[in-house]
Amino acid sequence: MRDTTLIRGAQLPDGTTGDVAVAAGRIVEPAALGTPDAVVDAAGLIALPGFVDMHTHLREPGREDAETVLTGSQSAAAGGFTAVHAMANTSPVADTAGVVEQVFRLGLAAGYTEVRPVGAVTVGLAGSQLAELGAMADSQAAVRVFSDDGHCVHDPLVMRRALEYVKSFDGIIAQHAQEPRLTEGAQMNEGAVSAELGLPGWPAVAEESIIARDVLLAEHVGSRLHVCHVSTAGSVDLIRWAKSRGIRVTAEVTPHHLVLTDERVRSFDPVFKVNPPLRRAEDVEALRAGLLDGTIDVIGTDHAPHPAEHKCAEWTAAAMGMVGMETAAAVVLEAMRDTEFSFADLARVMSTRPAEITGLSAHGSLAVGAPANLVLLDPDAPHTVEPAAHLTKGRNNPFGGTTLHARITDTFLYGRRVLAEGALAAPRPESGAAAWSV
Amino acid sequence: MKHLLSTADLSRAEAIDLLDVAEEMSRATAREVKKLPVLRGLTVVNLFFEDSTRTRISFEAAAKRLSADVINFAAKGSSVSKGESLQDTAQTLSAMGADGVVIRHAGSGAPHRLASAGWIDAPVVNAGDGTHEHPTQALLDAFTLRRVLNGKPASGAATGTEGAGLDGARVAIVGDVLHSRVARSNVHLLTTLGARVVLIAPPTLLPVGVGSWDCEVAYDFDEALAEHDFDAVMMLRVQAERMHAAFFPTEREYARRWGMTDARAAALGPECAIMHPGPMNRGFEISAAAADSPRAVVLDQVANGVSVRMAVLYRLLTAQTAAGSGTEGEA
Repeated sequence: MRDTTLIRGAQLPDGTTGDVAVAAGRIVEPAALGTPDAVVDAAGLIALPGFVDMHTHLREPGREDAETVLTGSQSAAAGGFTAVHAMANTSPVADTAGVVEQVFRLGLAAGYTEVRPVGAVTVGLAGSQLAELGAMADSQAAVRVFSDDGHCVHDPLVMRRALEYVKSFDGIIAQHAQEPRLTEGAQMNEGAVSAELGLPGWPAVAEESIIARDVLLAEHVGSRLHVCHVSTAGSVDLIRWAKSRGIRVTAEVTPHHLVLTDERVRSFDPVFKVNPPLRRAEDVEALRAGLLDGTIDVIGTDHAPHPAEHKCAEWTAAAMGMVGMETAAAVVLEAMRDTEFSFADLARVMSTRPAEITGLSAHGSLAVGAPANLVLLDPDAPHTVEPAAHLTKGRNNPFGGTTLHARITDTFLYGRRVLAEGALAAPRPESGAAAWSV
Repeated sequence: MKHLLSTADLSRAEAIDLLDVAEEMSRATAREVKKLPVLRGLTVVNLFFEDSTRTRISFEAAAKRLSADVINFAAKGSSVSKGESLQDTAQTLSAMGADGVVIRHAGSGAPHRLASAGWIDAPVVNAGDGTHEHPTQALLDAFTLRRVLNGKPASGAATGTEGAGLDGARVAIVGDVLHSRVARSNVHLLTTLGARVVLIAPPTLLPVGVGSWDCEVAYDFDEALAEHDFDAVMMLRVQAERMHAAFFPTEREYARRWGMTDARAAALGPECAIMHPGPMNRGFEISAAAADSPRAVVLDQVANGVSVRMAVLYRLLTAQTAAGSGTEGEA
């Protein structure tokens, strides 16, 4: 066998310890390996299927000063992501086959993570006319996830049509749930803290009312709905109710919404400015509970790099968004520390479920025969987060200066070790190839 | 006290100290030569990102009476998209040697950012930020109230209030609390000084979360007037842009239900003062007769504003804190 690697003595998601063997880009039986080309001593490390991020902003094309597909891919590799979905709010908007194919090819050429473009639901994210969803689905990028993220598909009829239309190619609409009229000029969560700080409030009901409407629409037309970055306790309740009715809804939470609250806004430091906004401690608790019981299916980072000048401003002028791929797994483990949350749960919410929802069959499994997309995590590596050392161009990480205990040490992308002992290694460029493969 | 950003940061002792210094300032400026030499050679920059001629002139007069040099910097538009950023402006002023920065900004929190981002070292005075705070307005209101409560002239030189708080006073704040930086600063400061505040407003103009504030809230102006024996009723300005944004049905309905009408003014207790931070919408939140009545202290508030701002600049720029005024929270 060629290109063989033996990962020795890792703890597997089920808690057992064992070896993982890689040959020719796939996971194989260790016994079948013979003498490996490389051996990775994984004693004390956790082996997990490579993470899949349903929600990133890689900014290219258009805002290459904030991030490029290459730097975003490198950041993903450092965070243990073997596949990331790149949101459509680029410039031009990813609302045509041409743009999604461009982003897809840039990902192939970078070779650090499998970049899956998300197609816009509506032309120009304007919310009125459906984009050519079929053309994007049929393109080389084979888009299955569609979202106007950053904007809500607020028109109920447009949302209904989008949900229905993507059924023909098993697509899914990922909704940014934000009722626009209720959030005009909104700057932070509406509640006791916004009342005191005099910042225009962003009520929980603006998110919850859209989720309530959309789950009912999804039920009515029998479509799949994914709810991006759920941030309130009421949203968790609504999704739990919808699932109990058999509605095909999935939901996502960001690492930062599992930890941070609107109390942070008292600093007026725009590193804490994000959409949806940081909510109350009760919401954080509900989100953790929802992640634990499966109401919330996946972690999506909503990685949103911004150039320094968009964050080094007064609160009201600063951009919304946080970077998050490189610290995602560690922050999730930190958030879930005092719960039953296991490494199997981490694999579920960061790899298996997002791979299932998005139809990425090459990801989400450590089974023999599967493509070798996997990650090694050191659960006991306390370190201080230094945004200046990030591989993303964005320095807007709200966890800068805090201590995290887990760290990604190795990332294998279709068998290639693109992150080795915490350091970026050579990529696995697929230039010329039409698709990702082993 | 390195900066004055929010009245929530002021201890009772610090607040009383500022009011006492303001009393000294009002006596000093009643003299023939109004100028004091205490800030000679220092430069105060009035950094106004939002038009406010009244507040700017008040700060300018205060700084000049303390012999400081004053630079007025009117910067329209502040976000990156609109040109010069707050950071660049701040660093420019710092390079020019500003010893104190007075900032007015349409965005809540901008003075905090200026004070904490590490762009400048100079003390920062919040001259009104968005719908957050306006601490010197609250101080001048407290100063005026303290005079009224003690039976002293509402403005001008006086003695006999030094060391006093506002203990036991009942103050109504009426109107657009939601968008009012004056209301927020006053709730903190008047409460710190021992007064009880009642906010009176339509529910649409009260922030969600107001229940956690240390004050009472009422919707019905007449019921509140009947229930409380107010020492002062402070009317808030309703901005024109609120009038067409579904906060209330019409101007007339607002005026009838939450305005200081002639009838309400006539029904106030004999000692109750009418306050307004200005500029007033006569005939809307306050009737002309109420505004011009002897119980109105609106112009006294303006006069006291200069003394209070002198006190603030003096304390911050000379880094002096009176003994026992409490230094916790100093940066």
